[in-house]
Amino acid sequence: MKKFAIAVAAGALALGVAASANAKTLVYCSEGSPEGFDPALYTAGTTFDASSRQIFNKLVEFERGTTKVVPALATSWDVSDDGLAYTFHLRKGVKFHTTSFFTPSRDFNADDVVFSFERQRVKDHPYHSYVSGASWEYFDGMSMPDLIKSVEKVDDYTVKFVLNRPEAPMIANLAMDFASIESKEYADKLAAEGKMDQLNQQPVGTGPFKFQAYQKDAVIRYQAHEGYWAGKAAIDTLIFAITPDASVRYQKLKAGECHVMPYPNPADIDAMKADEDVNLLSQEGLNVGYLAYNTKVAPFDNVKVRKALNMAINKEAILDAVFQGAGKIATNPIPPTIWSYKADLKDDPYDPEAAKAMLEAEGVTNLDMKIWAMPVQRPYNPNAKRMAELMQADFAKVGVNVEVVQFEWGEYLKRSKELDRDGAVLLGWTGDNGDPDNFLAVLLGCDAVGGSNRAQWCHQPFEDLIQKAKIVSDTAERTKLYEQAQVVFKEQAPWATIAHSVVFKPVRKEVVDFKIDPFGGHIFYGVDLK
Amino acid sequence: MIKLLFRRVGLMIPTFIGATLLSFLFIRMLPGDPVLLMAGERGMSEERYQRLLHEFGFDRPYWQQYIEYLWGVLQGDLGESFRTKVPVLQEFLTLFPATVELSLCAMLLATVLGIPAGVIAAIRRGRALDHGTMGAALVGYSMPIFWWALMLIIVVSGQWGLTPVSGRISLLYYFEPVTGFMLIDSLLSGQEGAFGSAVQHLILPTIVLGTIPLAVVARQTRSAMLEVLGEDYVRTARAKGLSPFRVVGIHALRNALIPVTTTIGLQIGVLFGGAILTETIFAWPGIGKWMIESVSARDYSVVQGGLLLIAVIVMVVNLMVDLMYGLINPKIRY
Repeated sequence: MKKFAIAVAAGALALGVAASANAKTLVYCSEGSPEGFDPALYTAGTTFDASSRQIFNKLVEFERGTTKVVPALATSWDVSDDGLAYTFHLRKGVKFHTTSFFTPSRDFNADDVVFSFERQRVKDHPYHSYVSGASWEYFDGMSMPDLIKSVEKVDDYTVKFVLNRPEAPMIANLAMDFASIESKEYADKLAAEGKMDQLNQQPVGTGPFKFQAYQKDAVIRYQAHEGYWAGKAAIDTLIFAITPDASVRYQKLKAGECHVMPYPNPADIDAMKADEDVNLLSQEGLNVGYLAYNTKVAPFDNVKVRKALNMAINKEAILDAVFQGAGKIATNPIPPTIWSYKADLKDDPYDPEAAKAMLEAEGVTNLDMKIWAMPVQRPYNPNAKRMAELMQADFAKVGVNVEVVQFEWGEYLKRSKELDRDGAVLLGWTGDNGDPDNFLAVLLGCDAVGGSNRAQWCHQPFEDLIQKAKIVSDTAERTKLYEQAQVVFKEQAPWATIAHSVVFKPVRKEVVDFKIDPFGGHIFYGVDLK
Repeated sequence: MIKLLFRRVGLMIPTFIGATLLSFLFIRMLPGDPVLLMAGERGMSEERYQRLLHEFGFDRPYWQQYIEYLWGVLQGDLGESFRTKVPVLQEFLTLFPATVELSLCAMLLATVLGIPAGVIAAIRRGRALDHGTMGAALVGYSMPIFWWALMLIIVVSGQWGLTPVSGRISLLYYFEPVTGFMLIDSLLSGQEGAFGSAVQHLILPTIVLGTIPLAVVARQTRSAMLEVLGEDYVRTARAKGLSPFRVVGIHALRNALIPVTTTIGLQIGVLFGGAILTETIFAWPGIGKWMIESVSARDYSVVQGGLLLIAVIVMVVNLMVDLMYGLINPKIRY
């Protein structure tokens, strides 16, 4: 039976994976269906994997496997001295995809850049509401409408962005998925034919792979873009086989029905390590999970109380029980894969005795508090309820009585923002653009109080540092400011930092040079098959 | 017959209105705000939140939303998914053939195996074969679908390599869907081996989805047969010296099939329920998986539209089953 099985498995591999002797086909068992193919309309990584990360380019992009920004459709850029004008010099000779539904008549130019941003920014642009309920989630979420004053074409290969205020993370923002460059010529053609919504279903970009077909909830097919400006991809055909169940994805990987799979079950990790056909890649995720106290409410407005509670949490135990090895203890508010991460920052030691004494010294005895546990799984917190229960037990040891509360996810997000919220909240964040500002200002800035700053923490020395870092364009200087900000954060302890996830990515042995994307994406340009 | 048809169709109208109301209310009764869910951890400003609520029409009173929804439904407009921005009906029609194909195969398996199993158990009442068959049926009925599917995948596909793990056809084959039924489309494509691949991909999901209906049909057939076998006319048939095959196969089974047919009709609703899990595990692009994802994302239009369409289909199938009684047993007159 075993011999037969091997023969069949080999046959399946040969049949399912290699389309013909020479053409190379890579199959990716993706975890879900894309919502659409216009990345600017969405925020889900699954949608970006299927669209922006294969089909489109941006002016600048993250170097594969890093958070470093490198030139892409823009070859270079100048920033004015006041930090308000960004002038991009565009790459020449870049071809859009020729597909069964569109044949471009011209190369990429400044019109495409202006179109791609103006449709998101200008409310009466014909493409602003081209599908029902169109909302430019990331563009709006990153405050682009307030930030960008204008996007102007200087000449065919020069575009100028004028800002309302200096914003050092601007370049990193333009490497994000919402900044993907669409073809204006294609959009105009669709508008003339009265089929504007096709822009979200049959995409045309300049990226390494061109869209071929999507069978809803089943398969997405791509072909390598022959005229890709950075050179044709090593694989000829890219196929996404949509497979929602993690155990089934692993079975498919074993059977050779796919080459790469995301999000393995933690329970399968050991088997994958032992599997001869599989390389298990791993890297720390660009995220942080935390417990945010409400610093506006007594006794959590007292930094010593917060410090004492932090010392009562046994993080090692949490990592074992909740992350099952797929996590790393977090000390800083930003993950180690982000530049300016201060590696020598000391974490609050686990010391229940000292914690109890500190609480008593502050006159806090028989404290009753709530810990909010998220109802959903996230990479930064795979099981919030379990985590909250472990903390409940830890806090009981220092005389703090914890009630664990849960709400439905939408309600949780809403109620946890309230200024007078009763209790500490478990939550986390996954980075968007690899800039420290995207963590420190978004999660801990004064402007975000009552919003994404769940600790309701506005501390002027910290605020001054991150505001200054926002307007300085020199990275070395920004690094220093963010390092100082992390020290202030740790002293003030608005959160208990808990964990950064560790991402595992099983790929078959014949896959060459697949790199884990710190942003959680799956990028197949640069990947080859043996 | 015509009168019955009119009466039954007339009864379907209030049921249909009830289904629109239930499907409309069901998703709204679940806690959770679709706009907030869309924003996730990132959140959004109050102004933007209000604007989006307004754009989606969620800021209007329920009765107004319901009337607009009902008006749309009567014109064949079920709205658009707010995730994919594609009309609900279009998504449904794309995915529905996959569910039908799988459900029909599962039902075929259930009847082809279930009826003979029930008949044999009834004839051999109280013997080992009866206990064995009914024991197996009980196990099948109680089997958690999720576990059963994973076990089959791990053993049959993983260890023995006999069937593909998931999907509808090998990725080697690529053709545009014509009917949406993979068995038919693969034949139409003319590509060598495509049909065989589609059949191979159907085997495990069919077994998984067909297991519970198979158990139910077998048990129902057994009890109906036992009742009929005790009737006077069966005794008469035996006394006349008819062969056991004619007695059981013609005289008894035909009468026993009436309650079995009702059961099969009712199992269609159960199949749609089972399809949700089966489709998710086998990455089968049908409406079960679609509905589950839409409930989690609070995609109101998809959930209410999908539920309504499923309700209509179940109603129609049951009507057809009722009409079939007359064909099975000419004694039944309407």
